[in-house]
Amino acid sequence: MKTIDENIWSILASVSDPEVPVLSIIDLGVVRDVIIPSPDEIEIVVTPTYTGCPAMDVMKINIRMALLAAGFKSITIKEVLSPAWSTAWMSDAGKEKLKAYGIAPPQYQKPTTDAFAAEESVSCPLCNSTDTKLVSQFGSTACKALYQCNECKEPFDYFKCH
Amino acid sequence: MKCHGGTETQRNLCNLCASVAKNNMNKSLLSYTLYLADNALIIGHRNSEWCGHGPVLEQDIAISNIALDCIGQARNFYQYAAQLTGGDATEDSLAYLRDTTDFKNCLLVEQPNGDWAHTILRQFLFSTWQYYFYAALQKSKDEQLAAIAEKALKEVTYHVRWSSEWVIRLGDGTEESKQRMLKAIDSLWMFTDELFIPADFESAIETADTKNDWLKKVSTVFQEATLEMPVNVRMITGGKEGKHTQHLEEILNEMQMLQRMYPGAEW
Repeated sequence: MKTIDENIWSILASVSDPEVPVLSIIDLGVVRDVIIPSPDEIEIVVTPTYTGCPAMDVMKINIRMALLAAGFKSITIKEVLSPAWSTAWMSDAGKEKLKAYGIAPPQYQKPTTDAFAAEESVSCPLCNSTDTKLVSQFGSTACKALYQCNECKEPFDYFKCH
Repeated sequence: MKCHGGTETQRNLCNLCASVAKNNMNKSLLSYTLYLADNALIIGHRNSEWCGHGPVLEQDIAISNIALDCIGQARNFYQYAAQLTGGDATEDSLAYLRDTTDFKNCLLVEQPNGDWAHTILRQFLFSTWQYYFYAALQKSKDEQLAAIAEKALKEVTYHVRWSSEWVIRLGDGTEESKQRMLKAIDSLWMFTDELFIPADFESAIETADTKNDWLKKVSTVFQEATLEMPVNVRMITGGKEGKHTQHLEEILNEMQMLQRMYPGAEW
């Protein structure tokens, strides 16, 4: 028989990032804590990825819907900003899923303000070549940069280090 | 115990004076939070004006993403300000229903977008200040401000980098791009001093000494861009005190129109 915690974690694992549907909010490292003050109440503590991320509002609604569907009545979702979310919190499973989806997963390196700083090379998620170039630090969403592979010529998104 | 006009010791023991001091502190904290929120909202709004009009697709996306980051920062600060205000204040009422003279943003962020050179220079000057400012703010005694700063700093790092690269490309580019950069510096430099002159509400809460770091970064990038640092520029201030250029009025007319005409509208 599943414990209450396992049940809740599996409900939360069913809530995905609306922009990157292969990733669950657990893979992203967005869920910080689950608190059950009494059998009827549940509090989920989340931390936002990017400050302006519009997907956060959608994810919070989806968490609520998933918990309501599972029979919880009194649900509180609390957002905490500190400690600040980092790509280092993304699970290894999450990184594998990103790559399979065609998005290069974050390679942890501290971002710098230096102009034209040399980037550690990012591997193409499609052909695995390391001969890739940065097209723009800002890609299809705030969290991603746009790269192009010089070998297979395909463009791809890179999940930026944060 | 009444003490008004008494010694500092007497005032420290007086409940009424303590309550007045606390009230003033709360007012300052609210003004401080609104100042940070207004800065982020106005530059976010200005940058969003480029959406769909960028010079090339990748940069249209870049400036729109930067706008989004800034508006996200604004939301965090406004949500905190709404909490501090109490009553039925919300992030939306603070952003959409306050008048021009209530806004505390610095004058730099309300300046028009102009051409690409103007926009990227405005971003560079402002983001560089934000970088050092947030680096200090993340050590604030106020936990919520510190948390917002810690989060925002990660994104501002990318803003500084992106805008530095553009200053260098355009400064050390063609004859035309250089001229445009010189014009942009002429238009915007006069608004930079205000970033380093604390308003009363800042002095009451906390100030950070960011000017030297800012000057160092700006001069390093200007040097690589083959641009000269301006000297003897007459500076203009007043934004933090609610004395704005007509640009802010134009921005707010457009931004606030819907909520003012149809209060509480949602879709």
